[in-house]
Amino acid sequence: MRPDPIKRIDTAFFWDACEQGKFVVQKCEPCNTLWHPPRPMCPKCHSVEKTHQKLSGKGVIMSWVRQVRPASYGFENSPFVILVELNEGLRIVSNLISDSVPVIGEIVEVDFEKTVGGKSVPIFKRVVD
Amino acid sequence: MISSFQKACIVGIGQTEFSKASGRSEQQLAAEAILAACNDAGIDPASIDGMTTFSLDNSDEVDVMRSLGCEEIKYTTRLPQGGAASVSTIVHAKNAVESGICDTFLIFRAMNERSQYRFGQPHHSMSPDAHSSTFMEWCFPFGAQTPASWEALSCGPYLHKYGVTSEDLGRIAVTFRKAASTNPNAWFYEKPITIEDHQNSRWIVEPTLRLLDCCQESDGGVAIIITRADKAKDCKQTPVQILGAEYSMLFNHEIISDFYQGDLIRTENSEIVADRLAAAAGIAPKDTDVAMIYDNFTPQVLRQLEGFKYCGIGEANDYIKDGNLELDGKTPLSPNGGLMGEGYIHGMNNITEGVRQMRGTAANQIRNAKTAMLASGVAGAIIGV
Ligand SMILES: [Zn+2]
Repeated sequence: MRPDPIKRIDTAFFWDACEQGKFVVQKCEPCNTLWHPPRPMCPKCHSVEKTHQKLSGKGVIMSWVRQVRPASYGFENSPFVILVELNEGLRIVSNLISDSVPVIGEIVEVDFEKTVGGKSVPIFKRVVD
Repeated sequence: MISSFQKACIVGIGQTEFSKASGRSEQQLAAEAILAACNDAGIDPASIDGMTTFSLDNSDEVDVMRSLGCEEIKYTTRLPQGGAASVSTIVHAKNAVESGICDTFLIFRAMNERSQYRFGQPHHSMSPDAHSSTFMEWCFPFGAQTPASWEALSCGPYLHKYGVTSEDLGRIAVTFRKAASTNPNAWFYEKPITIEDHQNSRWIVEPTLRLLDCCQESDGGVAIIITRADKAKDCKQTPVQILGAEYSMLFNHEIISDFYQGDLIRTENSEIVADRLAAAAGIAPKDTDVAMIYDNFTPQVLRQLEGFKYCGIGEANDYIKDGNLELDGKTPLSPNGGLMGEGYIHGMNNITEGVRQMRGTAANQIRNAKTAMLASGVAGAIIGV
């Protein structure tokens, strides 16, 4: 099964939110800039006062791969790994849950999946209109 | 401007054999490569007074001193960013000797990355506080767990935009293996491949990297000795001048999981390095006689040809199709066979090949080669005689 996320002091808020089914990013308290991956200090205003903001969860596939050899550790089958450009302008690595190969430019929407230790990570599905 | 007698020169190169099972410790590989470089230069290892290696190297500076008998080290550095920064070792060496801090500067890298650990395989025992870990923390739970998977994900937009096919990448692999086939020091000596071989090799990462798009995991050590021109004239070999050495690490860029900044088409750090190099060396990378381009995976060659301005953005595939990278072409690519064909000592064996080309002693010697470009993504150097 999918490995657990690696939690650190500066990133725990992200994974904790996932466990509550919320997809968030780091937001600088004084200047409101969003950052991903998280970091201890805002590189724009140098504040360490941080909060987080819920995202739309929608984005576009920028790139994709599937790790064949060695197969993805922990997974039953190596998943489709995607790089998503979120509507908020940030990028995140995740998975496309699908039987068919991802296509660059496809629109996707966030959902969540459980890990081996009962934690949760954000994954994406195609938006069907 | 420093005077000519202060200029940094490469005076010694050394290496062990490149294998899949060295049968000895990494410390010993380092010591053997360093001794070979000192003997090549004709200097006493006791006189080494500065050194650098990768932050990832397992041999401590103290261990190196203990084996080689170095009397006093005045300056050490360790470099982040793995192989992409392999040529930045030259930046440190140049600064250390031209500033006068050091007289005899050592660069080394030794690894049992095949027999002792698998550099290209997932490592799931990472400390949660490990540094520069976005490639672990933000990729591992999603099944992207190897250098090949991170590299392929970051190259995807470029390959997609310019319609680069697997056969196109195969052409790059064939070029490296052709050169390696006539280099007796290469792991793939007398083993050229065809496009068909490439196309028949198994997928490592879909839809981009087949087995023959990847460099090898190798055991081995490489060392390089640098000193100033006034001291270099007393050494055994023709000094190879460092005409320019530059490095650029840009905001929000990552080591290999470099997904978060820029359009993933252009490589701005290489472009900056190319411009600074041309200004410092008085010659642009594209006008040098030999191109040693870091080849962990085939797509890197396309991106660096454009980044270091051998051709325009989106033109690298055609530049290769036109035969420019052949050893008798305009841009002879890694005549040792590169990291794919010769061995993968984290990029360092491409630097020693550049030096051999300048000395005129390489297995596949480029005729009348006077200058060489050493390229590794975020760093570049132009050397010459
Ligand atoms: Zn801020």
